Amino acid sequence: MTMIERNLESSNLDNRTDKDILVEVKNLKKYFPIKGGILKRTIGQVKAVDGVSFSIIKGETLGVVGESGSGKSTLGRVILRLLDPTEGNVVFDDVDISYLSQRKIRPQRKDMQIVFQDPFASLNSKMSVGQLVEEPLIVQGLLSKKDRVKQVSEIITKVGLRKGDLQKYPHEFSGGQRQRISIARALVVNPKFVICDEPVSALDVSIQAQVLNLMKDLQEELGLTYLFIAHDLSVVKHISDRVAVMYLGRFVELASKKALYNNALHPYTRALLSSIPVIDIDKEPAKKVEKIKLQGDLPSPANPPSGCTFRTRCPYAYDRCTSEVPELIELEENHFVACHLYTEK
Amino acid sequence: MSMQPLLDVEQLKTYFYLNQNQVAKAVDGISFSVFPGETVALVGESGSGKSITALSIMQLINKPGKIIEGSITMNNQELLKLKPKQMTSIRGNDIGMIFQEPMTALNPVFTIGNQITEIIRKHKKVNRRVAEIRAVSLLKVVGIPRPEEIMKEYPHQLSGGMRQRVMIAMAISCDPQLLIADEPTTALDVTIQAQILDLMVEMQEKFQMALLLITHDLGVVYEYTDRVMVMYGGQIVEQAPTKQLLKLTRHPYTQGLLASLPKIDEDVDRLGTIKGTVPPAYNFPIGCRFATRCPFVMDKCKESNPELKELDTGHFVRCYLYEDGGSTNDDD
Repeated sequence: MTMIERNLESSNLDNRTDKDILVEVKNLKKYFPIKGGILKRTIGQVKAVDGVSFSIIKGETLGVVGESGSGKSTLGRVILRLLDPTEGNVVFDDVDISYLSQRKIRPQRKDMQIVFQDPFASLNSKMSVGQLVEEPLIVQGLLSKKDRVKQVSEIITKVGLRKGDLQKYPHEFSGGQRQRISIARALVVNPKFVICDEPVSALDVSIQAQVLNLMKDLQEELGLTYLFIAHDLSVVKHISDRVAVMYLGRFVELASKKALYNNALHPYTRALLSSIPVIDIDKEPAKKVEKIKLQGDLPSPANPPSGCTFRTRCPYAYDRCTSEVPELIELEENHFVACHLYTEK
Repeated sequence: MSMQPLLDVEQLKTYFYLNQNQVAKAVDGISFSVFPGETVALVGESGSGKSITALSIMQLINKPGKIIEGSITMNNQELLKLKPKQMTSIRGNDIGMIFQEPMTALNPVFTIGNQITEIIRKHKKVNRRVAEIRAVSLLKVVGIPRPEEIMKEYPHQLSGGMRQRVMIAMAISCDPQLLIADEPTTALDVTIQAQILDLMVEMQEKFQMALLLITHDLGVVYEYTDRVMVMYGGQIVEQAPTKQLLKLTRHPYTQGLLASLPKIDEDVDRLGTIKGTVPPAYNFPIGCRFATRCPFVMDKCKESNPELKELDTGHFVRCYLYEDGGSTNDDD
């Protein structure tokens, strides 16, 4: 049994059985070729997702945080098979969908949906809201015209819009309302699992709060499972049950929300947490978190550092980090970290 | 701070004349001062008029927009009466500006070195050799590794954080007294954001500049600024020293903004929200501009717009709830 498999097994909470797992990702990799030269031969690879394993339990929200270029969006897209994996498996509801043909995967898509970041780019401006929300039902071919209309008007009130809005076009709505349309579009087919790819990062804070509350309410009402991808740690904290931190295509830490935000182990997570400006006006100075300021930028994923990919920015890096890739190990119960600082040799 | 203000904006109005005789009152009667060496935040959501305020100070407003009223003085010199050529020398020399998106603010077809030396030569009347030496030292100051090589590179070869460092180098290249930064870190990741904000504060201290920081992030405001102005609907609704504003938040809009922030250091089940959306600038309500979204709205609020009143020293609020110095708990 490899380290990864062992980790996977132990990642399920003790009182939960395999039946509770909705999505299982095993050693997933997605490499993009870099073409170059006159003959456009492959001269290198961008390892956007480089060996990620985890499972998502029914009804929970798993948050994935990372900076731009960390591979978090690619991960979401590979899980939904909007991109094909290079290696590894995605098991959704006991079906391995990683290498199914596009035709065979379409019925599965009814159960897995996505809400994209930019509600200005993800809605076709020439379609009315009614058409936009009905489209997924037509593609799935599940309902009669009459039932479709009923379903559409049901979902549109659920996301907080009015039935009168169905005749309008996307440009007549503000950003927050457009994101509500995107959510309606994702939920109209009654999915079990929704990937939310930075759904609120284009919105103002007061609108962001409205949309986050809506997503929480819908999750409770419809029993949804979320994979919530974002760069904003406070947003992820607010909505997630468990949180994974991604850096250059790998998970560096995975833990329950409480453990991750109160007792972060990986130096990168700690740096991320301490670089958020916090309004801690009531706190005594002694209680304030010590700041770890990172030097430099995220290295290019086309040419990542050897060993631990974080070592170039890590204040605690030592010789072992250069030569050896740290595995994601379960250091405390359900608290996984990939860092040599915590493993004795 | 008993000294003379560096920048003084009085009753500034910038309107945009749209089709169908609609007038967008993007900035509608704003007054404030910035003192030497001070860091002032201008906070608001999109459409509140904070960027247009900055662009008005720089006089970079294009048609259909126009500064229709008010005065902007810098060191007691009225900027709105200057000829375009005189204003060009103020921009860069006296006021530097950093924009949100460094990729669109930099010219993609010129090298970094080219773009920095152009500014230095334009304002300082020095030859190319001298300008290049100054450019390299500026890049070094803003923490760019291998500055000699970066001089020969193009913007697309740099990361977002590096580009923003270049923008800062350009903005401070002629020792301005005032630096205006319009959402300088919004496009950046959080670890890079911390680097850039620290750098700006360092530069501010080193070159003794005043900083007008435009942002929507109240966390950034708390950690980096002395005083804060909250904008809503083209007007300032609350203004106070930063700590005071966050401790004793008075305006219902500011209170709503703070409640809707997900907090990293505490758990809340549901976030507070402000109902509805910002009214468009061509169609503000007649009374208080926040009346349509305000949880404490009264009849009076729908009839006339309250004045910005000083409640405590330096703490200004535009709200009828405080007419008699009362609090939000009072029924009257």
